[in-house]
Amino acid sequence: MELVTPTIGLVFWTAVAFVCLLILLKKFAWKPILAAIHEREQSIDEALNKAELAKHEMARLTAQNEELMKEARAERDHILKEAKALKDSIVHEAKTQAHNEGTKLIEKAKIEIENQKKAALAELKSQVSTLSLEIAERVLRSQLEDKAKQQDLVANLLKDVELN
Amino acid sequence: MDCSHVFEFKVKRLIVVFTLFLAFLSVSSRVFAQGDTAVVSADTAVTAAHVEGAHGAEHGEKKFEPTKVIMEHIADSHMWHLWGHLSVPLPVILYTPAGVEFFSSGNFHHGEHDYTGSKNTYRLVEDKIKIVGADGQVDEAASSKILDFSITKNVAAMFVAIAVILIIFISVAGAYKKRVGKAPKGLQSFVEPIIIFVRDDIAKPNIGHKHAKFMPYLLTVFFFIWINNVLGLIPIFPGGANVTGNISLTFVLSLFTMIIVNINGNKYYWKHIFLPNVPFWLWPLMVVVEVVGVISKPFALMVRLFANITAGHIIVLSLISLIFIFKTLAIAPVSVAFVLFMDVLELLVAFLQAFIFTLLTALFIGMAVEEHH
Repeated sequence: MELVTPTIGLVFWTAVAFVCLLILLKKFAWKPILAAIHEREQSIDEALNKAELAKHEMARLTAQNEELMKEARAERDHILKEAKALKDSIVHEAKTQAHNEGTKLIEKAKIEIENQKKAALAELKSQVSTLSLEIAERVLRSQLEDKAKQQDLVANLLKDVELN
Repeated sequence: MDCSHVFEFKVKRLIVVFTLFLAFLSVSSRVFAQGDTAVVSADTAVTAAHVEGAHGAEHGEKKFEPTKVIMEHIADSHMWHLWGHLSVPLPVILYTPAGVEFFSSGNFHHGEHDYTGSKNTYRLVEDKIKIVGADGQVDEAASSKILDFSITKNVAAMFVAIAVILIIFISVAGAYKKRVGKAPKGLQSFVEPIIIFVRDDIAKPNIGHKHAKFMPYLLTVFFFIWINNVLGLIPIFPGGANVTGNISLTFVLSLFTMIIVNINGNKYYWKHIFLPNVPFWLWPLMVVVEVVGVISKPFALMVRLFANITAGHIIVLSLISLIFIFKTLAIAPVSVAFVLFMDVLELLVAFLQAFIFTLLTALFIGMAVEEHH
């Protein structure tokens, strides 16, 4: 029976000591410890959330980059295509222009040549006529140095005139 | 109550333990029986000798009395016995009708001498302080009027436990302040999982979102019981006292639980007690049952802790006593093996009882603060 009878002394000291312990621990231990644990849990949660967000952001950026790359590639292809077409057209144009120019030049040259030819022919003709006149003059002069010959010539000329 | 899952996992292990223990007991029960009868007769003989004031027989060839030895270890004492005739004297504080007395228990010389204080002459009779009258006999009428507020073995052991708890947790709190936001380290990492266990597995599921208000009490109760239990398992000086196995201490703890539960009880709690949802003719009966329930819940807490820890101490001491009952060293290995086994089990019980006390306290608080049924 003694074992299960509370004694006043121990009850008193337990109550006093336990209340003191509760107050001391509450103030100096549980408050800071629980606050620190709570804070750390929150910061861990926050960090995890942030990591998740960063992961999503990363995925988004990667997707965006991919998209950009694709667009850039398409753009490049397009530009290259255009450039090629442009080049082709320029070359073609240049060719036709050159061809035209060439034909024109040839035409001109031909005309020039023709003209030159004509001029040359005309000059040649005039030269020939001058030369022939000179030759004729000289021939005549040489032939007419001699009286007999002059006579002959006149006679011949006259003969011809009579024939005509 | 839906806390049967808590005990379930232990059942199988306990069955094994009890089978082993019963098997062992059945072998030695004959010896025990002999010892017990001897104890009873010896006990009466000793009290008779005490009354006559004959102390000479105590140091002679004496029969070993396991019940007396065990009960002395289980009960509170005015001295902290170390070994042999060496013990630590503890302060005696008496509140007598004549005034307060304060002296050292060393003055009693293990109860062999009377001590004359400023008010009365005192004698230690079976570790109770009695007033000795002018005729040299114990004055029972006067003795019943003194209130003993002495720092007894249990009070001193409790102070040691409190010092240990304060040192642990204030240093841990310091570590939290020093290492803000960092991972726990050292003692901190040992204590933190237990604190989180109390919060997440005891307080939150039973109390709900209002748990924060009760955390200091639950944590204090948990560590107070646990540290006291563990210190009680240490056989040498600062430990070894049966603090949590003392009904006074468990009475105070369960009283606090009862006060906290009833102070925080909301209108649903009180309605459930005084206006239970039953047919009117059952009402008088139900109110009585519910009011008894208010008291019986903490009462069960008180008895559970007391009985578990005391039983553990008794078993360990009984096993050790076997050596002296058989008067042979040959039984020592068996005793030591069983004591080792019991100590390991007690280590589990030390934690488990702290856990159950805290869990049930949280459960009762949860029932008192629950918003609706």
